[in-house]
Amino acid sequence: MNKQFEPDEEYLRRQRTRNIVLALILAGFAILFFAITLVRIKEGG
Amino acid sequence: MNSTVSAIALPADWRDFLALTKPRVMSLVIFTGLCGMLAAPGHIHPVLGFTAILCIAIGAGGAAALNQWWESDLDAGMRRTADRPLPAGRMDRETARDFGVGLSAASVLVMGLAIGWLAGLILAISIVYYAVVYTIWLKPRTPQNIVIGGGAGAFPPMIGWIAVTGDITLMPVLLFAIIFIWTPPHFWALALFVQSDYAKVGIPMLPVVAGEKTTRRQILLYSLALLPIAAAPWLVGGTGIIYGMAALALSGLFLGFALPVAFRTRTGEDDPMRPEKRLFGYSVLYLFALFAALVADRVIWGQEFVR
Repeated sequence: MNKQFEPDEEYLRRQRTRNIVLALILAGFAILFFAITLVRIKEGG
Repeated sequence: MNSTVSAIALPADWRDFLALTKPRVMSLVIFTGLCGMLAAPGHIHPVLGFTAILCIAIGAGGAAALNQWWESDLDAGMRRTADRPLPAGRMDRETARDFGVGLSAASVLVMGLAIGWLAGLILAISIVYYAVVYTIWLKPRTPQNIVIGGGAGAFPPMIGWIAVTGDITLMPVLLFAIIFIWTPPHFWALALFVQSDYAKVGIPMLPVVAGEKTTRRQILLYSLALLPIAAAPWLVGGTGIIYGMAALALSGLFLGFALPVAFRTRTGEDDPMRPEKRLFGYSVLYLFALFAALVADRVIWGQEFVR
């Protein structure tokens, strides 16, 4: 039987946690790239 | 959009993604990679050093995810691995594959851009070596799978070293050789006491194919070979006497743990396999201690020994 999918609380919780973890990882990488760029500029490489 | 409610699975939990990267194996990879970096002659900026170790860890995690993607059916048949995210049904195979490919590609790209393309190339080779050469090609085909596949775990200290120096010299090759020779007795000790599981899923581990007697003899041979290989960095003048003495003592003890394994036979189905478990436990400690000694030697002697 087909019907509209309604995510339950556990589904939403996991989705939210995954989004937060992903956002933190991406933010971490952005900071890391910024730091690498600064170091490379400073070292002239 | 209409969809069948029963077909919709829960999104995998972040802990399952973490489990996919085999964090316990990763800790050894990070440690040996860091030691290779700290023991290398020269200097690397802490930000770049952190980036290199992060890339080694992410690359190892990506390779581990690809390994679990490929072996999910086999994992389901073994008690030790049945609760991993894929065989337990907590994640679908495509997600694991994409996660593995994504981590692997990102690690190589960042390593190449931030550190250097030689380090990036060796990292790429190590990932392909583990995910393709070992997992897909050798492991299901030959009882020598561990011998050649062990090379995959031997790359991290080499990559750490190259991240600092930018080139391959004798010392990083010797560090590679130490882990390469260490891997077979480490894994075969494990294979001896989880033998029934490997046999159940048809993986041709040495104890399954050639029998326990041959495996025990091979463990002894590799443990004997480990002694001169572990001491080689000191013998060629690449380290000081602190590492040399530590290598001889630790490898001598390794041999001491391997001897009872080599000259005994299983007493029965309910044999607790204590010597094999002791050898396996010590082998992990051995690698940590040996690489810690390498770094301690470098810290104490400075740049005096450079190869």
